[in-house]
Amino acid sequence: MNHLTNLKLKVWRQDGPDTAGKFETHIVESVSDEASFLEMLDQLNERLISENKDAIVFDHDCREGICGTCSLMINGRAHGPQRATTTCQLHMRTFSSGDEIVIEPWRAAAFPIIKDLMVDRASFDRIIESGGFITSPTGGAPDANLTPVPKPVADAAMDSAGCIGCGACVAACPNGAANLFTGAKISHLNVLPQGQAERYKRVEAMVNAMDDQFGSCTNHGECSAACPKEISLDVIALMNSDFRKAKTKNRKQLSRG
Amino acid sequence: MAQTQETLRKPVNSRQSRAPVTGTALAVRKQRSFLADLYSTAVGKKYAMAISGIAMMGFVLFHMLGNLKMYLGAAELDQYAEFLKKLLYPLAPKGAVLWILRGGLLAMLALHLHAAWSLTVLNHQARPVKYQSARDYEVANFASRTMRYSGMIVASFLIWHLLDLTFGVVNSVGTEGEFVTGEVYANVVRSLDRWPVAAFYILANLLLGIHLRHGAWSIFQSLGWNNPRFNSWRWAFATAFALVVVVGNISFPIAVLAGIVKV
Repeated sequence: MNHLTNLKLKVWRQDGPDTAGKFETHIVESVSDEASFLEMLDQLNERLISENKDAIVFDHDCREGICGTCSLMINGRAHGPQRATTTCQLHMRTFSSGDEIVIEPWRAAAFPIIKDLMVDRASFDRIIESGGFITSPTGGAPDANLTPVPKPVADAAMDSAGCIGCGACVAACPNGAANLFTGAKISHLNVLPQGQAERYKRVEAMVNAMDDQFGSCTNHGECSAACPKEISLDVIALMNSDFRKAKTKNRKQLSRG
Repeated sequence: MAQTQETLRKPVNSRQSRAPVTGTALAVRKQRSFLADLYSTAVGKKYAMAISGIAMMGFVLFHMLGNLKMYLGAAELDQYAEFLKKLLYPLAPKGAVLWILRGGLLAMLALHLHAAWSLTVLNHQARPVKYQSARDYEVANFASRTMRYSGMIVASFLIWHLLDLTFGVVNSVGTEGEFVTGEVYANVVRSLDRWPVAAFYILANLLLGIHLRHGAWSIFQSLGWNNPRFNSWRWAFATAFALVVVVGNISFPIAVLAGIVKV
């Protein structure tokens, strides 16, 4: 186990949503290269608390890369320099002694800053909420594999379902667009037989909810590159194509193609 | 903490705090016409960008192909210009089809500009406070990040180009001879013999190529044309299309400056 020494952290500090924030510099004298990025911040916070200062506020929960709670813009990249990795799974061995590390919160109108590095991502919940329900039989549990799903379709749905809703796509997008998130949530259901009944209603409602809060897609591909779950840009194309079909075909109301 | 929760703001550009929930009485059926309804959304505006982009791509390609007549001599090029005016003649009056095409192109340009403008405004509203430290972009490239600038320079070039070779206002500035409508070949040679003008043509066409490379690829995404069968060809198509148009177009000023095309 090696130790990194003399890390210079520039951390965004902001008291609340409506106050001005600023960068604050902290020196981390020594940290294990096996520590995760968040553990490094924990150590810094312990020190700040012992010095009677305010701890740095940041989001975290499962710390195993599956909950989508942690965020952080690290050196200008969402979730830091390592591809397909959430901040909690990013380890200090990615950095070297003496590095300057700049940490900022996600920045988007739809993600207001709560404090320091913590943002409110409820706007994602509003998109999910607008998607509504899927029709499914109630009563006795259906037999396993009652609905046949081709393997490639199941795989595509699983790839989309991998989205943990962390908001890195919005954070990384130069336009603050949520197309990758919304596309993933739409594709997840729209490619499966179980999601067909509400397919076109769903895409219309979710795209409208997205439009109300976020920017628009200019096909840079930054979202997919920043995504810890490597969601493909294909989900955006599927969303666009289903949105057009929702507008042009009368399937929403009458179930006819 | 409770105090912080109360001060949480709603998103700035949110029209409502809750979106309509699918399939319930809350979902309101919109009364707008289909096209207005589609265009009111950001995804719909991207459709408009893509469709107007395709129309203008068709134009630049055929504009370049037609201009290749330059290498066959003055008579061929002037005759081609005359042919354009006589499209579908005598079924349609002379110039009628050409004006319909011009009108369509102007409409497409206006649509492209309006959609680009409104989407840019939307995007700025989506991130009112910028990142305070430098961003480290992973895949966004020069072309994708400069679309609005390359587009604006190409649009201003278009104005010069029309003043130069359609209206002839700036055609004979700094050179002998007069602009004559219909003598396309002579007008082109007179204009491009001025090296600053030739340089402007080359610069504008290089920017057009950069714009086309990102634009031609984006069309597939914006229109939802995504299929594993051809996805790997989308970048190749965009690159090839941009290259063909740019190489063809910048060959003209170079040929005039080099004396290959001369009166």
